Amino acid sequence: MIPVSSSPAVPAGGGSRPAALSGVDAAETPADDLLEDLTPEQLAAQWEDEKPPAAGALANAASSLVVLGVGAGAMVLSVAMGLGTPAAPEPGLWPFMISCVMVVLGLFQLILGRHNRDAEKFTRMSAAPLTGLVTLAAMVALMPAIGFELPALVLCVIWMRFLGGETWRSTLLVSAIVVAAFYGIFVLALNTSIPHLF
Amino acid sequence: MDFLNPVINGFVVVLEPSNLLYCLIGVVIGMLIGVLPGLGPAATIAILLPLTYNVEPVTAIIMLAGIFYGAQYGGTITSVLLRLPGEASSVVTVFDGYQMAKQGKAGTALGLASIGSFIGGTASIIGLTFLAPVVASFALDFGPAEYSALALLGILLVATISNGAKTKALIAAAVGLLLATVGRDIFTGESRFTFGNLELADGIDFVPIAMGVFGLGEILYNLEERHRAAKAPSKVTNVWPSRTDLKQASGAIARGSVLGFFLGILPGGGATIASMASYAMEKKRAKQPERFGKGAPEGVAGPETANNAAATSSFIPLLTLGIPANATMALMFGALLIQGVTPGPQLVEQDPGLFWGVVNSMYIGNILLLIMSLPLVGIFVKILRVRAAILAPVTALITLLGAYTINNSMFDVTLVVVFGIVGYLMKKFGFEPGPLVLAFVLGSLLESSLRRSLLVFGGDPTGFFTRPISATLLTVFVLVAVLPGIRTLLAKRTTAQSEQPITTKIKEKV
Repeated sequence: MIPVSSSPAVPAGGGSRPAALSGVDAAETPADDLLEDLTPEQLAAQWEDEKPPAAGALANAASSLVVLGVGAGAMVLSVAMGLGTPAAPEPGLWPFMISCVMVVLGLFQLILGRHNRDAEKFTRMSAAPLTGLVTLAAMVALMPAIGFELPALVLCVIWMRFLGGETWRSTLLVSAIVVAAFYGIFVLALNTSIPHLF
Repeated sequence: MDFLNPVINGFVVVLEPSNLLYCLIGVVIGMLIGVLPGLGPAATIAILLPLTYNVEPVTAIIMLAGIFYGAQYGGTITSVLLRLPGEASSVVTVFDGYQMAKQGKAGTALGLASIGSFIGGTASIIGLTFLAPVVASFALDFGPAEYSALALLGILLVATISNGAKTKALIAAAVGLLLATVGRDIFTGESRFTFGNLELADGIDFVPIAMGVFGLGEILYNLEERHRAAKAPSKVTNVWPSRTDLKQASGAIARGSVLGFFLGILPGGGATIASMASYAMEKKRAKQPERFGKGAPEGVAGPETANNAAATSSFIPLLTLGIPANATMALMFGALLIQGVTPGPQLVEQDPGLFWGVVNSMYIGNILLLIMSLPLVGIFVKILRVRAAILAPVTALITLLGAYTINNSMFDVTLVVVFGIVGYLMKKFGFEPGPLVLAFVLGSLLESSLRRSLLVFGGDPTGFFTRPISATLLTVFVLVAVLPGIRTLLAKRTTAQSEQPITTKIKEKV
């Protein structure tokens, strides 16, 4: 999953601030002019520096292959559902049309989009979202069994202490307050049926 | 003035105390979440969608309009104070806004932005009030053929005008269309792509997708970027702009309103293009263009006015044609569908109370925004000083628990997490999530109208070209699809003369 490439670290587009920037890029030259004419050029340069490095050709190929795979899979499944004719379509026709488009776009991207710089490399920083994800998945798995309070507390502690670098003191204090507040809102005030322990 | 009667009745709806209250709650919560760095209006609305359940349709939409305005303004606050634009349409605000903040005029910048937003938004609503019924009556004759063409064109435009690579945006759109086919086939009742899963039999809900792709995906992505969090200034004073500032900015506000209104009607990123066009225009008109980028008030007022005007006028295609013009409007569309309201040309006629309620709630949202934002800037600055490390888990929990409350189902929560992963990976690999959500929302409309029109045409696809409107729309579709390719070919030939004035190019783009 993690593409290892030897390509030079070039800033990538996409992403929230980066997206904002590439939003400027979207207008191509005018934005470039805008940025160049202005003092904010340092700002732009800074944004560039801060962006995660661009992923190499391998990542682009991988994402295109995933698209191709999904497209091809959907195509097979839709053929199995039956296509029918345009005048008397069966359930598979429309998904079949979309998956054809997907396969074509995937191939196009695989061949012509090889050298795009808009994918981001996974770096050491990517461990944070991965950790976050694991806690979220664990919470989803545990909630029906032991209610939301303890998993939420653990999630808060992990996110604040280990992902956010808060002190233990503020982590514990704030986590407890947050969970209590959610309990108050969702269980006591709104009376929702969220699985809860207490 | 028969025409104005429903408009006035709409005000009666909006001014009910409970609706006012929900609008206020919407604005405040929208601002609170929107002010979190990295969460733009689309993410904010997605995260807060569950709030609008269990209330009346009109109230829900009034609240959504409030959230929308609040989130929009929240992004401005982070642009000015933290130099972190919440979304593409407030990028240019950073240039002069942050400089003003550095010179100790953060309050003035925010004040100008909110006054500009208010005027731009209000002007746009007035425009909408008169234009929307006209467009809707024109669109009343649209049949399935026209709708297929319109939906196709809408998806294509949003994909091609979006930020990243065009092919990737189109791929995202295709994935969205494919996701929309999951569940029961509307014509034959047969299950598609459900893999025997009963939970999928009714299809995937729009809300978990939006909450996952926009909300959780964004939160996860931001976890990676924590290190660049900027420091908010401790105090913001003088929110009221001085007379000279206002005078200096008034022209920019007036021009921004008009520019924004017209650019916003066009599908695809209206607000972003409007803000950039306005900045370019102000800079070009200025007597001392060198002031721009160094804290010129017009550089904040113009773009902020334009993007709010555009954001408002982009409701026109949504409310009159039922075609969302951008990702945020796709969320609004989804929210309306959940409420059992199908936006389209019939809406004005069939449910004037709702239609005008929605339109007029924008006035109220705008006024509330103005009232709230000026005196409360200080509070928002305080929120900004709460560390992202604390806000991130709170928003993540809001998303998860909120997702549960929609249907009281853990399956929805699981879906949110799954689509959160999808959204995160899409961002990492340079795929825009906007087209996916938009295409998903339009997917079933597109399929059913395509199939209906093919039935009418006896299975002959050329039938689309026998009807003038669908033929025109499809021609535009082909042009939009083919032109970029031709243009790059041409550009390669004439690279030498690529330097052109800014404004003309932006106009061309539109």
